[in-house]
Amino acid sequence: MSQQGLESTGDGVAAEAEWETVIGLEVHAELATQTKLFSASPNRFGGEPNTHIDPVSLGLPGALPVLNQKAVELAIRVGLALNCTVQPSVFARKNYFYPDMPKNFQTSQYDRPINTDGWLELASGKRVGIERAHLEEDTGKTTHIGGGGRIHEAGYSLVDYNRAGVPLIEIVGRPELRSAEEARQYVSELRGILVAVGASDGKMEEGSLRVDCNVSVRPVGSETLGTRCEIKNVNSLRSMARAITYEANRQIKLLSNGEPVVQQTRHWDESDGRTHALRSKEEDYDYRYFPEPDLLPLEPSLDWVEQIRQALPPLPRDRRSKLAELLPSANAASVAVVVERGMDTLVTDAIGAGGVAQRVHNHVVHNLADGVGCLLADALAELTQMEEAKELTSTQAKKVLEALVAEGGAPRQLATGMGFEAMAVEQLEALLDELLATYPAEWQRFCDGDAKLTGFFVGQAMKSTQGKADGKALTQLLNSRRSS
Amino acid sequence: MNPSPTSASQTAAAVRSKARSALSVVEEHLAVIGQSEEEICAFNIVTADKARSRAAQIDAQIAQGHNPGPLAGVPVAIKDNLCTKGIPTTCSSRILEGWEPPYDATAVELLCGAGAVIIGKTNMDEFAMGSSTENSAFRPTRNPQDTSKVPGGSSGGSAAAVAAGFAPIALGTDTGGSIRQPAALCGVVGVKPTYGRVSRYGLIAFASSLDQIGPFANTVADAALVTDVIAQFDSRDSTSISQPVADVLPTLDHGVAGVRIGVIKELGGKGIAPDVAARCDQAIGALESAGAKVGQASVPSAGYGLSAYYLIAPAEASSNLARFDGVRYGLRVDAKSTPEMNIATRSAGFGEEVKRRIMLGTYALSSGYYDAYYAKAQKVRTLIIADFAKAWEDFDLLLSPTSPTTAFSLGERTADPMAMYMSDVCTVPVNLTGQAAMSVPYGCGQDGLPVGVQILAPALGEPLMFRAAAVLEASLG
Repeated sequence: MSQQGLESTGDGVAAEAEWETVIGLEVHAELATQTKLFSASPNRFGGEPNTHIDPVSLGLPGALPVLNQKAVELAIRVGLALNCTVQPSVFARKNYFYPDMPKNFQTSQYDRPINTDGWLELASGKRVGIERAHLEEDTGKTTHIGGGGRIHEAGYSLVDYNRAGVPLIEIVGRPELRSAEEARQYVSELRGILVAVGASDGKMEEGSLRVDCNVSVRPVGSETLGTRCEIKNVNSLRSMARAITYEANRQIKLLSNGEPVVQQTRHWDESDGRTHALRSKEEDYDYRYFPEPDLLPLEPSLDWVEQIRQALPPLPRDRRSKLAELLPSANAASVAVVVERGMDTLVTDAIGAGGVAQRVHNHVVHNLADGVGCLLADALAELTQMEEAKELTSTQAKKVLEALVAEGGAPRQLATGMGFEAMAVEQLEALLDELLATYPAEWQRFCDGDAKLTGFFVGQAMKSTQGKADGKALTQLLNSRRSS
Repeated sequence: MNPSPTSASQTAAAVRSKARSALSVVEEHLAVIGQSEEEICAFNIVTADKARSRAAQIDAQIAQGHNPGPLAGVPVAIKDNLCTKGIPTTCSSRILEGWEPPYDATAVELLCGAGAVIIGKTNMDEFAMGSSTENSAFRPTRNPQDTSKVPGGSSGGSAAAVAAGFAPIALGTDTGGSIRQPAALCGVVGVKPTYGRVSRYGLIAFASSLDQIGPFANTVADAALVTDVIAQFDSRDSTSISQPVADVLPTLDHGVAGVRIGVIKELGGKGIAPDVAARCDQAIGALESAGAKVGQASVPSAGYGLSAYYLIAPAEASSNLARFDGVRYGLRVDAKSTPEMNIATRSAGFGEEVKRRIMLGTYALSSGYYDAYYAKAQKVRTLIIADFAKAWEDFDLLLSPTSPTTAFSLGERTADPMAMYMSDVCTVPVNLTGQAAMSVPYGCGQDGLPVGVQILAPALGEPLMFRAAAVLEASLG
């Protein structure tokens, strides 16, 4: 695949068609457990600093880890959803010093991860390899005060261990993505899967989903991988795409000028739109991994794994194709939106209850971005039936929908309560007579062919009826009057 | 000095029957401590006031008709690497000075739950790294049998406390012989139970895959009593054994008739002092007289145990001790930045031997060296386990000296780490395999200092091991 998605960089260097970008993503997702990976402290976002702690998550001397079985179950769900092999695994210690790590080692998995060798299918149908998806604990959060926020220059540092020990799954994708757009699709699809299986809330803005991007470039046609850089600190899908594009162009510029790419960890700076060198490979830690002696090897029984497999909810890919069958005229993107919002069951149920498919779909895509609230499928079905029977205008339907979301109830009663009785044709005719008498000059221009005046008359009608008039019906009346 | 040995079970019985008050028992032991602790230096802290009020509590319980348990009113000395709520726990290291744990180790909790009274925290080699208690950051402990000699280590304070009559029982920890070797050198009973039988929750880790808590006592029966109290499954330690295991005490007097006992060839002969070897031969004779079938056992790889141990233990220690960084607790030496503070704190807070082992372990785990050192040591460990498994096909118990020599003089081996490490040659293999082993005093060497005989049992073989220990003890009359 050739390089398509490159925009020009801030440096004004145009993308060069002969380079191919190679991207592999490492995604960390916080698992949606009640408690931490190795202790009973709550796994909850926020809270007063250092309130969700205990001897284990503080790394107090003598404290020992006990594995959270729910976290294991969620990790297995993710592995199965990503078509991985679930295998006996071993926890390992990843040793390095940082004040947000209470033990100065992170309990993770190394050479024997719980999930290995799977794949994820993008909406485009392309399959991206998953190397592994392993369990590990999160670190705390450090805030360096003074010295530009860096640990070596800071006046002092504050540490919050609320997050320390929160269970993470790290999903390591193979370097098979070829553009920033593909990377965006990958993370979006992965997030959908994590949410669908109940493993994570997938919130990038709260840091419960974090992405590190390995980016390299190579001449189109080359089979060998170029030297990669790892980009950290991308906090949204948008900034990830920007960071990848910037980094690929930076590397292309270097190579085009005959300079080498140095293997580095780089930090994405949202404000200047650039990546900055953090540390080189030589400066990287030697993590001195070795098997965690305080935990037994993790050997989930085949029966248990099978139970989890059987109980796995439908995945976004299957849900999309099922929904597409119900909505034959809808485009793929708008079907995907419904699944992404987790509203496909609502759509399916509403259509099943006699709702008008296209209208149900439109409401979900355009009017329910902020959630369904108290809205039930039956009510949505009835609402679309009322619209279809011209008992409600689209403006009225939207207002009724808002009320259904806010407080639930039956659409017909709500419509009556709002005074949204549909106007009979005779009423519309009378209204039109009145308007033509009031605006004879406009009527004449309309008759002379100024089609824009349709909007004027409809607008006036809406104004005088407080939105009760059916715009479509009125337009039809206008046109038939003119031609008669 | 020669304190009259006290029996924990007799003391508890007397307290329960109100023949003695728990308070008087505590006062009596505090008096012995007052007489000779200054010379022995067994304790980092004597918790006299806490012990008195705890004893009064037990007396009150008994007055109300309650039974405080099998250790009612028995004073116990706790090695200072076991967490004790509200009592400083230092690992005899500057880096933890002043830290008070917010919780009790499970073993401590179980002892107290059985009515025991904590009388103090005992001195040790810093972070349990050593074989003489001379590596304590505070001061060395002296052997109550001869104060010019070391008590062994690393649980030297606990062994000395029992030998000196400061407490009838004590808890120690054994990573490579740290209970058995000081027990041998001080002339008391010391037990390393099967790995996983006693919860490690609240034990400040030296080498997690090797560490095990166990008792010191003057008698085999007292050691059995304490073992039965502390060997319980604990969900807070993932390596704790959940399967139910028979208590030791009920079968203690069942003898060894027909029991097959193997004398480990590789842990005898060369390197073992002749007077120690002679005592072992006597012990073998005593077991034979009691009806045991004694033969020679071979564990060919046992001799490599020490080399494997001194890679695996430091490797785990280098990681376990990383948390002592001045950020959350214990010593902090301030500096310009957090990383510099970490370095300053660890430089000032750790002693020479601890630093040596952290460096050894870090090296053994480093990229490029891992396979040659840590991974190879693990292979040797697997080999030793396999060799022992073979030996268990022919024997029910195994036997060897506990220590190659009797107690050595203070300062004798401090300049030569290798000579010091050799003290553990007979005890280390059992930590690598996870099996049970104990040291039983069996007379004295030519220097008049105690000799210990080591009895080894397969995993969960404590009941039979204790039966053999009881036979040996009885044979001394």
